Amino acid sequence: MKLKAMLLAASSVFALALNAQAETITVATVNNGDMIRMQGLMDDFKAKHPDIDVEWVTLEENELRQRVTTDIATKGGQFDVLTIGTYEVPIWGSKGWLVSLNDLPAEYDADDLLPAIREGLTVDGNLYASPFYGESSMIMYRTDLMEKAGLTMPDAPDWSFIKEAAAKMTDKDNEVYGICLRGKAGWGENAAFLTAMSNSFGARWFDMDWRPQFDQQPWKDTLNYYLDLMNNYGPPGASNNGFNENLALFQQGKCGMWIDATVAASFVTNPKDSKVADKVGFALAPNREGIEKRANWLWAWSLAIPAGTKKADAAKTFIDWATNKDYLALVASKEGWANVPPGTRKSLYANPEYAKVPFAKMTLESMNLADPKHPTVDPVPYVGVQFVAIPEFQGIATAIGQQFSAALAGSTSADDALAAAQQIATREMKRAGYGK
Amino acid sequence: MARSISTSRATVTGVVAWTVGFLVFFPILWIVILSFKAEGDAIGTPWHILTSPWITEAYVTVQERSDYFKHFMNSVVISVGSTLLGLLIAIPAAWAMAFAPGKRTKDVLMWMLSTKMMPAAGVLVPIYLIFRDFGLLDTRTGLVAVIMLVNLPIIVWMLYTYFREIPGEILEAARMDGASLREEIVYILTPMAIPGIASTLLLNIILAWNEAFWTLRLTAAKAAPLTAFIASYSSPEGLFYAKLSAASTMAIAPILVMGWFSQKQLVRGLTFGAVK
Repeated sequence: MKLKAMLLAASSVFALALNAQAETITVATVNNGDMIRMQGLMDDFKAKHPDIDVEWVTLEENELRQRVTTDIATKGGQFDVLTIGTYEVPIWGSKGWLVSLNDLPAEYDADDLLPAIREGLTVDGNLYASPFYGESSMIMYRTDLMEKAGLTMPDAPDWSFIKEAAAKMTDKDNEVYGICLRGKAGWGENAAFLTAMSNSFGARWFDMDWRPQFDQQPWKDTLNYYLDLMNNYGPPGASNNGFNENLALFQQGKCGMWIDATVAASFVTNPKDSKVADKVGFALAPNREGIEKRANWLWAWSLAIPAGTKKADAAKTFIDWATNKDYLALVASKEGWANVPPGTRKSLYANPEYAKVPFAKMTLESMNLADPKHPTVDPVPYVGVQFVAIPEFQGIATAIGQQFSAALAGSTSADDALAAAQQIATREMKRAGYGK
Repeated sequence: MARSISTSRATVTGVVAWTVGFLVFFPILWIVILSFKAEGDAIGTPWHILTSPWITEAYVTVQERSDYFKHFMNSVVISVGSTLLGLLIAIPAAWAMAFAPGKRTKDVLMWMLSTKMMPAAGVLVPIYLIFRDFGLLDTRTGLVAVIMLVNLPIIVWMLYTYFREIPGEILEAARMDGASLREEIVYILTPMAIPGIASTLLLNIILAWNEAFWTLRLTAAKAAPLTAFIASYSSPEGLFYAKLSAASTMAIAPILVMGWFSQKQLVRGLTFGAVK
């Protein structure tokens, strides 16, 4: 009898110990400011969910994409939460690689998500990723230089105004350049910017039969306008400049205007890093006269769960914590409202405290203007504003980005670059079996 | 009588050697310089970089954000483990090829080398699947095995070359004195080939330490070595050159120090048998 009681007690203790053992989830992420900040706030998560431990794998963006693709395609089960963008979600969601997040708790409040972002992360009615931070693109400009030029930036300028302002702001002797734009080759670098810009010129990547459109007039207008702007009023060596290089130039006071991701606003207005923090204004990305579409894009770094995971419940708990309204309030209480992950929730923009952040209004307007399902003037068969959500896009856009970068460096002409782009896209799309 | 080398020739040779040395070392020097700069300065022109203030902020940030020691220990286990395991397999193999060559020995050697000619990405998916099925993903054991296999052809080739320099008659003499095969390898061959084995060991530890394809793709949070530590500091949106350089400096420092202390051994091993 005594032995039986002891065995029973021992097995109960063992069962309790098993229960008490925390479940560990692995989160794959990129090294962005907001993600790093989240890692510093894990005490809050641990206090609320002592039964879940979180391990981080931080990788370079492209490395992460390859690593996660291998794991997800082979159902390796290495990761329980993935950080992916609006480009991957429609593709991976439709392949059945991601777990639907429709059953997150009611407090998550999916209806509070910004409609454009929610739309971009939903496939066939299933929300496949929860946005951690969202961005569009907009104009960041130097208010002092604009005033000196005798101009006033409208809230919604067109490309002609940008050109006029760039000309007047440029002072090459003092290393001030009217406009800084991405020139570095890459699908997420110059190809993203030029694709968004081309939307505002009435261009599109493909027609409804998936035929590439780089030989059409709107693309010629786009590239020629871009080259004209950059060659006359841009910084030297601009074909090597991506987001980070332009950020450094702007922070050092060398750019009059910079059209890029809205998240840059918090960097350029941070007095710790930026010499021009108190002299920055914001406006919507430009359009061409008579064309409704503007050159602003839409992107959201989002958290998703791969279909291979065995810890989907714990992963959902983590995603709910990291992307709900309470998290935004937590960041605000620790780091101030300017450092809250932007661009995901309506309630954030309705908050009077957040409205005081100088770039909040323009960020929201830019995001609301972007429409990933109808990104262009003419109809297209694809989803995505600054990308085309098909698996082949990364490769094609990087090759085409190299052509555009070469045109900016002066080693090829705009016409030749577009002809090469047309040839590359036609060949790769044919190979992939589109338009049959 | 030894040939005298004229002073001018020695000067020219010296200048050329130092220039080549400086060019080879320059990227590492630049990384170290960048690691002591503010992020905003580290992305500027070379002149701006050299004249801006020197600070240690990047090291402080990296230290705060990452567990360097964990990654370091993983690197040590993976590089030393894979090299020792490789030597254990390669010494008998190289002995057989050097002292008891068969008709197909040359072909076998060539075949081993040919595995290095295939791009690693070509076998990524099969190896990933094997790792998944055997539960080896994100384990140091798995990485020791795969890095050992990746470097094995080089280890065998290097040892084979060194062993060939050792006169077979000495081994024969040992055999005549009644030494067994194991005794022959352990007591006669290995001590004689120590410089060669040492340089093979050092070179392969360096190769394994720097291996980035497999270590990045087969690890997640637990077994990630310093290569993954470096990769975590590149950022698509936000300045990162100083932090990345600090992480790189911290990752290469141990192997650099090891190389520095063992350079005599390395050079001796690499030139072993060059002068007869």
